Amino acid sequence: MLVEKEQGALRIAALDASAARLGITIGMTLTETRTLMPNLAAAEANRQADAEALRTCAELCAMFTPLVAIDRMDGLMLDITGCAHLFGGEAALLQRTRHKIARMGFTSSAAIAGTPDAARAFARFARNTISAPGQDEALAHTLPITALAQEHNTTVALSRAGFRTLGDLAKRPSSLLAARFGEGLVVTLQRILGREDIRITPLRALPECMAERHFPEPLVLMDSLLGALERLVQDIAGALERRGEGGRVFEASVFRTDGTVRRLEIETAQATRNTAALLRLVELKIEALADPLDPGFGFDAVRLAVTRSEPVHTHQQMLDGKAQDADSETAIAELIGRLVARFGREDVRRFVGRDTHDPVRSSGTTPSLSAIGSVLWPALEAGSPPARPLTLFEPPQLIEAIAEVPDGPPLLFRWRRILHEISGAEGPERIAPEWWREGSRAPATRDYYRVEDADGHRFWIFREGLYEDSNTRPRWFLHGLFA
Amino acid sequence: MITHRAIWRQDAPDTAREAGESCADKAWLSLVGRAAMHEFYTTRQIDAAGAGGCALAFTCSLTQGRPLLWVRHDAMDREVGTLHASGISDLGLDPAGMILLRARNTQSALQAALEGARCSSLGAVIVEFWGEASAYDLTASRRLSLAAKASGVPVFLLRSAARPAPSTADTRWQVHAAPSGLRAARAPGDPRFALTLLRARNGQEGLSLYLEWSRDARAFRICEANAATGFGAPPRRTAPASLPRRLVSVSFDRSGTPSALLRQRIG
Repeated sequence: MLVEKEQGALRIAALDASAARLGITIGMTLTETRTLMPNLAAAEANRQADAEALRTCAELCAMFTPLVAIDRMDGLMLDITGCAHLFGGEAALLQRTRHKIARMGFTSSAAIAGTPDAARAFARFARNTISAPGQDEALAHTLPITALAQEHNTTVALSRAGFRTLGDLAKRPSSLLAARFGEGLVVTLQRILGREDIRITPLRALPECMAERHFPEPLVLMDSLLGALERLVQDIAGALERRGEGGRVFEASVFRTDGTVRRLEIETAQATRNTAALLRLVELKIEALADPLDPGFGFDAVRLAVTRSEPVHTHQQMLDGKAQDADSETAIAELIGRLVARFGREDVRRFVGRDTHDPVRSSGTTPSLSAIGSVLWPALEAGSPPARPLTLFEPPQLIEAIAEVPDGPPLLFRWRRILHEISGAEGPERIAPEWWREGSRAPATRDYYRVEDADGHRFWIFREGLYEDSNTRPRWFLHGLFA
Repeated sequence: MITHRAIWRQDAPDTAREAGESCADKAWLSLVGRAAMHEFYTTRQIDAAGAGGCALAFTCSLTQGRPLLWVRHDAMDREVGTLHASGISDLGLDPAGMILLRARNTQSALQAALEGARCSSLGAVIVEFWGEASAYDLTASRRLSLAAKASGVPVFLLRSAARPAPSTADTRWQVHAAPSGLRAARAPGDPRFALTLLRARNGQEGLSLYLEWSRDARAFRICEANAATGFGAPPRRTAPASLPRRLVSVSFDRSGTPSALLRQRIG
């Protein structure tokens, strides 16, 4: 029994079958129930944990259909259009779903009907109904009016008006009901009766295409799982080829017998349907998992879905071997795919240039697979040495420097406890901060110098602030190292 | 889709491309060839940027414009800063033609480098890690050099703050930054590097080179020691004492044949 604080008292939020037999109902206060049964076991309800458990169940049910939605606080809605025959018919599918949920440790009631609202009403008020196509209305007529799940006042008003079942309501003209109880009631009624249909909003977007395997016996060996994945990859590649497309993002879902679902996302740098390359990516991804894929008591099912696809342009092999460029481009894209599968999307990066004079913002990095565009890096005049350092410290490193003249480059500076004597310098190059970005607390203007010490190390250092500005003493920083 | 363009900057002159390729004929440069693994060691942390620049410069002359994979240990960002695309562009390479891999540890850096070395469409692989690395053993280096041989992709392994460990690399260099030829008003010039060959297959150990990288020509120039540019004193930190005491100084004559370039002074 779970209790929750509501209106200043601990009230029953959820109870099990044995508590229900004692006559306890949801909404009673805990003290009230204690008078009935002094030694009741009660714990505090945790709505968030409930929602997470429901979410886990939803992930698990995704093995039956990709379209799963969470229905209110304690229900799941599965769109099984076109899926039932794969599991031996609707009755078998219903049985299997309930069995799965039971293995997670929950009791459930389920129903199959033509519309989501009808299914919800049957599941809650007429357990385990399977309504054949066109039968929704006849069956729904027997449901009590509480099946409408309206506000308490509406339900009371309806029962006072003498309505007991939905059948009673359905006989009345809907305009009268709408005038008295609002449009919402009529719409709900129409939906439960199967006269109006809506689509559910699934938890996950419907994949572009997918292939799956359900195993009659749980699969315990990783090798056989890889074998199954190989067949799935072939199926998917075939499906993609028929569509003239290649996948950019793939998702492999592995359903374990105990209800755990593992998802592996595989992203490629180029749309692909190459079976061998894809299979290699899947293997790399499995190897690279921080939390290894543990068969436990076995895998029930495995699914491979393409969540993003793009048209593939096939390159014609030229007689003069011009298609080689495309080949090496594919090879590079495949290399990036493999690196991403093994090291993660965030760790494989490329440079991206931005049109700004701020040295830090002008060249950043972004994951290789992101679609951010880049500007070209400005070219230097011929004959001039590199103007920007090879590496940049972020944030810049504070150094102690001694300058000969206030506006000149330093003579000496100390960085990481080593004294550098400057033998050559060029500057200053004044870079003002982008005040429109920083707001009122814009950093001071920086005067950059390219300096070289007696050993030949080249540094990019700057002075923050100006000597004329008497309020703050200028500080020196080392910002980068030249090659 | 993002394609990795050629590593040459678009504005590279055709003559530069030729110069870059013809450089491979020079005797000393043939030491740093394709289909081989090269190790660049630095003793001081600030030389790591120099070693990176030097590897990039070699890459630029070897890649024939193909993309480059740069694998970098996480610790490098803290020690010598993050790679800066404008700086790479200023050395004459196109940053858009680079794939960067941030490795969490030496193990994954080596795995990534191996993956890259097997991909013959790459121009070069640069792998950089910090400090002593037990994962980089003979087996790991053998894998890398075999992959480089099979695919023809040169692998540059940059190590800072580490003692040279036994490996199967074709060449091993010690790299220092060298004072550049100062320009008017004592402005630093093109980057120069002092390289010492610590180990080579063909037994040219001890060879010392002062190289200047010219972005415009996309080629190295050998600088004469004690030239009037104000530089000439050998780098303060010289090669470790374990080296053979045979010093080779190279006085460069552009028209000379490679064999004439090396005037040996046994000391």
